[in-house]
Order: sequence, then C-alpha cells, then structure tokens
Amino acid sequence: MQGGVPKLQEIAPRNPMPAQPAEVRNANFKEVALGYTEELARAEAERCIQCKKPPCRRGCPVEIDIPAFIKLITEGKFLQSILKIREKNNLPAVCGRVCPQESQCEKFCTIRKKYGAVAIGRLERFVADNETKAKEEGRIQAPAKPTTNGKKVAVVGAGPAGLTCAADLAKLGFAVTVFESLHDAGGVLRYGIPEFRLPKHILDVELDYIRALGVEIRCNMVIGRIKGLEEMLAGEFDAVFLGTGAGLPYFLGIPGENLNGVYSANEFLTRVNLMKAYQFPRYDTPVTVGNRVVVVGAGNVAMDSARVAKRLGAEVTIVYRRGHAEMPARLEEIEHAEEEGINFHLLTSPVEILGNNENWVDELKVVKMELGEPDESGRRRPIPVPGSEYTIEVDTIVIAVGQGPNPLLQQTTPQLKVNRRGNIVVKEDMVSTSIDGVFAGGDIVTGAATVILAMGAGKKAARAIAGYLGYPQDEPTEDSN
Amino acid sequence: MYKITHVKRITDTIVAMDVEAPLVAKVAKAGQFIILRIDETGERIPLTISDYDREKGSIALIIQVVGKTTAKLYGLEAGDTLLDFVGPLGLPTHVAKWGTVVCIGGGVGTAPVYPQAREFKKAGNKVISIVGARNLESLIYEEQMAAVSDELIIATDDGSKGHHGFVTQVLQQLIDRGEQIDHVVAIGPLPMMRAVCQITREHQYKTSVSLNSIMVDGTGMCGCCRVKVDDEMRFACVDGPDFDGLTVDFDELMMRQRRFIPEEKMAFDLYQQSDCRGGCQNCKK
Repeated sequence: MQGGVPKLQEIAPRNPMPAQPAEVRNANFKEVALGYTEELARAEAERCIQCKKPPCRRGCPVEIDIPAFIKLITEGKFLQSILKIREKNNLPAVCGRVCPQESQCEKFCTIRKKYGAVAIGRLERFVADNETKAKEEGRIQAPAKPTTNGKKVAVVGAGPAGLTCAADLAKLGFAVTVFESLHDAGGVLRYGIPEFRLPKHILDVELDYIRALGVEIRCNMVIGRIKGLEEMLAGEFDAVFLGTGAGLPYFLGIPGENLNGVYSANEFLTRVNLMKAYQFPRYDTPVTVGNRVVVVGAGNVAMDSARVAKRLGAEVTIVYRRGHAEMPARLEEIEHAEEEGINFHLLTSPVEILGNNENWVDELKVVKMELGEPDESGRRRPIPVPGSEYTIEVDTIVIAVGQGPNPLLQQTTPQLKVNRRGNIVVKEDMVSTSIDGVFAGGDIVTGAATVILAMGAGKKAARAIAGYLGYPQDEPTEDSN
Repeated sequence: MYKITHVKRITDTIVAMDVEAPLVAKVAKAGQFIILRIDETGERIPLTISDYDREKGSIALIIQVVGKTTAKLYGLEAGDTLLDFVGPLGLPTHVAKWGTVVCIGGGVGTAPVYPQAREFKKAGNKVISIVGARNLESLIYEEQMAAVSDELIIATDDGSKGHHGFVTQVLQQLIDRGEQIDHVVAIGPLPMMRAVCQITREHQYKTSVSLNSIMVDGTGMCGCCRVKVDDEMRFACVDGPDFDGLTVDFDELMMRQRRFIPEEKMAFDLYQQSDCRGGCQNCKK
C-alpha cells in the first residue's frame, strides 16, 4: 500500500527526548526538554515512511506538510525543512514544544501502533531551533516583506490565534496591526506557559519573524477602552480579527477564596512568567508560596502551576476531584510533574479554605470522592463520600479550574453577539461574528482550549478575511486537511 | 516609551507628574485608572487618573511614596520616560444629576476625586467638597477643588489649615447643619473610606468609593484585585474601580492589601540601601 518506503520491520524505536534530570530541573527554571541533536533528528526523521496519503496531516490544525518537512531533514536540508513548515505555521518553535502531538498529528501516524509514532513535534522543534541558531550566527536573513495590497486589518490580542491570523494576512500582502493589552506580546505563551516549557527568548524569536513579515505589534493597547471596534472599522481598518482569549479566571465558589495566599492560576503564572517574580527581588514583582502549596485542578495550567511552585521551593500537592485517567492535562505534563515530585490527591474535592485571624490561608478542607455514572462531558461524575472530609495544612492555594472568555471587549461592544457563557458567537464559517467585517477565533470563541487550535482558528480567519476583502484563497484540500 | 512632561514634588513623599500618552488622554474619563511600569524589571502598578489634558495629550498623576516603585517614580524628572503606560482602565464614574453631591478626598485620594467633582458640577449638581490632608504642606488640589465646588471645606490632622481633625467630622457637621445630601463620593485611604461609609450608611446616602487594590494586568485576567462587594466577588479592575461603598467589605480588603508586605518592605529596603537608584547591583541577586 505505502510503496517505496522502508519495510516496516526495519523501523527503529522512537528516539527519546533528551531532558534535564527530574531532581535537577525541579529546582531551576531552565527548559526541561533539551531538544534533539542533529544525529537524533536525522535518525528520527528516517523513521517516517513517507506515506502517499499521509494521515498525520489530517491531525494538524495548521495544515503542515509533515512528510515533506521530515524528508528534508533526512536529506540534511534543515533550513529548507523549516521553510516548508513556515509555509503553514508561523510559530514552529512554539508548536514543537507545546502542541499535544499525541492527540493530533502523531495520533494518526501510520507506524504508531506497531513502533510508536514518528516524533513529529520534536522534529518540528529541531528545525525551528536550528533556524534560530543560523539566524544568530548570521547565516540567514529575516524573510523579505511581502508586497502590500493596501488593505488594513486590525488584530486584537497578540496570542496564538491573533499572531497566526496576523502573519498569514501579512504573507498575503495585508497591512496588519496587532493590538495587545499587556506590555509584551504572546498572550498565553507569554503570561501562562512557564519558561521551563517555553523559554521566552524562543517566543521573542518567533515574534521577530512575524514582525519581519511587516506585522506591527502595538502593546499597552486595551481595545474596548482606548479604542472601540466601531471606531476601528470607521476608516482606520478594513476588517478586524478578535483573538482576545480566555483570560477570566474561574474560582471554586467555596468559602475562604479571598484569603491571602489564594491565587488564581492566572495571577500566579502571570506574576512568575510575565513579571518574572521567580527572580524577585531583581525583578520588582513578588510572588509568595511558603512551604506547602496546593494546586486545585489537573489540566495543563494546573501542572504548570504545580511545577512552578515546586521550583520556587515548596512541597506541592495537586488536588483533583476525579481520577488519574480523567486528568485533562497532557500525559507528558502529568509524567513530568510526577517525576518532579508533585504529590497527587486524586478523587479529592475542596470544600472550604480555612484561614487565621490575619486573613491568611491555614488549611484546605477537602472531601473524598468516588466516580459515579458518566456526566454530559462523558467522564464519570465525581460524588462526595459522606463523612470523608479531612484537612490539608497549606500556605498557598492556586486555583486552576479553568478560565472563561475575556469579557472586556464584549462589555464595551453590545452589538457583538455572545453566548450564555460570554463566548463570541460565530456563523457557519466558524469565524464571522455578528458584526460585518469583524471576525473572531481561538479561546474567545471556543472557550479555553489549546494553543494549536487557536492557531488553526487564526489561520481559518485569515483566509475568511482575505476573501471578505476581495482576495479569495483556496480552501485546503480534503487530502491535506 | 512614555515621556514625563512635568514633575512637581509637593512634599518629600508626594509628587505630581504629567505623562505624555495622547491616546489615553483622548478618551480618559473621571474614575478611570492607568497601569504603568517604569522599566524592564519594574512591577505594574495601578494609579487613578487625577486629570487629563486632551489637547496636550497628557495624563496627570499624583503619587505618594509607599514602596520601591513609587520611590523611583518620585525620583524621576521631566524628560524621563516610563517603559509602559496602559489605560484608560476600569469603568468611568457614573455621573448624573443627583442634587447635592458631597465629594470627599483624603490625602492623595483628593486627586482622583477632582475630575469626579468637576463632572458632577458640570452635570448640574451642587458640589460640596471636603478635602483632608495630614497638614498644610501635603494638601493637594485645593485650587482645582475650589473651582469646581460650591463649597470647599479643608480638614487637616494637625489643624494647620481648616478644620482641625478628620474629613468624617466635617461630613458629620454637614449632616448636623441639615444639609440635604443626595450622593457622596469618598476616595482616600481604606480606613477613611470605611469611616465615611459608617456615617453615610446610617443615613442611607448613596456612597461611591474608588478601590485601588493590588493588580497585575488590570484587565480582568488575574483576579488579584478581587474584593467582596454585596457578598459577591468582584474585580476592582473591570467591575470598578468605583463601587457602592455601603456594600464593600473593607475589613477583608484591608487585609488583602497586606498580602505582600514583607516582600514590599524587602524591595524598598534594598532600594533605599543602594545609592545608585537602580543602576547598582545591590538589589540584584
């Protein structure tokens, strides 16, 4: 069937990712995964059997021609390989690090079941990092600015969705301005994902590339306050993309959440990642953890919070109301957390936070849970076990139970249709909003999801915006998507 | 970069400053705030807007030294720049014709009261202002407040000007003399706002306070600034900063404001020990 490929029995096992040892890395903020060497990358690339109808591409939200970039690695053409990726993906060094490949491209890999999937994400990271090195050594130049077509597009939010939309539009010749409310671009890549998973200098390199395409990024601009959507569309811009993200932290709604020492995961991670509180007092923003930290929740944000707290010197426990199999975080993140010495109190749900008379957290009262029938999410519903309450002594609690849509723009733009949860409502094409010329994508539409899904939405929106402004683009073919 | 166009040191801990930020100045309204960051290693701090000049494109701020960042701001000169300056943030003050509005400012809180008093006056209200300060020297915005008030009463802690005592005593005097009060605005230290609300609650006067709680992003993302208002969790940055003072849990907020006291003290001490005001390595680990 797959003709002209290595015989299946010749396929070597998947090459593991070199990493800092767990007992070393849990005390520093340097990157955990060290990246493939050239030899490892070539060896891993050789494992790809170059399927004629590559199923991996179906799993890629940004439509990368995966076999083609891998083939170029086997030929040692690393700089051509990254260009092949860049045709579709504007943030390859980011995606190579934070995408859940196991549930996307690698999930569909032909050799996965028998030999383990080709490590597509690790290879993507390798060629992206190789390009950065080449740039730093002056061996390659920034990309040439595409010729402009005179149409202007505003992008609100410099996160994964917005940056992808902006870069794709710039490549098509649109003049794009990105408005970011924080003082630095990247969105969740900047404030949410910690240095040890995504070094910020890697993000800076990606941003340089996007700027080199002609995209202007304006920080410290809170759209909805400094400028309204209507004003933007009245002459200044021909279309607007909203990628404002899921920034609204959810709390548990249990007594004691306003005690000192209780952080939302957003606050905790923003202090550490954006404001570099882990370098206090060299940086002015403080963060305190004390000796014992409980993180409530078991998604990727919870794992990030737990691993940050560990690196700040605390004994860290994750409290999660369902079981191990139900934890929503990527398996790799859970494994990393376990290796780094994070404790897990599973099937345990917080009931009340108890504090001392100076309003500081003292104890977390929890109750044991058991799993009942599946709920509407398909996961078995946790039910409290009567009489099983106990308390955990704690100095800091980080609430990581999800985020809602950022409400600010919707508040100030009543004609923008939103659903019950506050997400922007889109039409059948998945990106057009109730206002003509205004498009949206990413977490602000879907609710909190992954970086790569937001990027996929940004890409789709770029295509829709180009069409709206009279430059229709071909939709990806069945084969490639 | 945002240029500081004017600096006036009022006392040894209070400074008035204008910052060039034309886009912010164009749309800023009474009650809103900005967040600034001085430099790359700096923290983001919220400051309520004292005034805006749409023509000059500048925002006026009054800053009191309470820690490292405000001490650094105090030392800046006209011509210096701030790395980041974002705003206007928060909801503007709800201005309506209530009748008689009493505007109370305590300490540097008088600065953000000023644009509110002005807007209330413009809206046709009778404005009675009470401005409190520690002493004559630290009294700010007296002229501006006089210009927008039908009556201005000064109170100083040491009696060096006006009433010898607190703004709450003056408020009580207004009530005692039978003044018909329809709305009260109080901005100042938390204990002052709490004390004002204790009085106004008795008479069920609508009372608006402005809360400047600890913030990071200022756009509703971190929840750091959460306050209990009417028994519900609200974010000062996007739901405020103005709130109905009669329903604010001041006691909890006062304790929340103490979250980082040891760290703030440490940073301030290190800063004061270093002579170079930022350039030296003392504060760098």
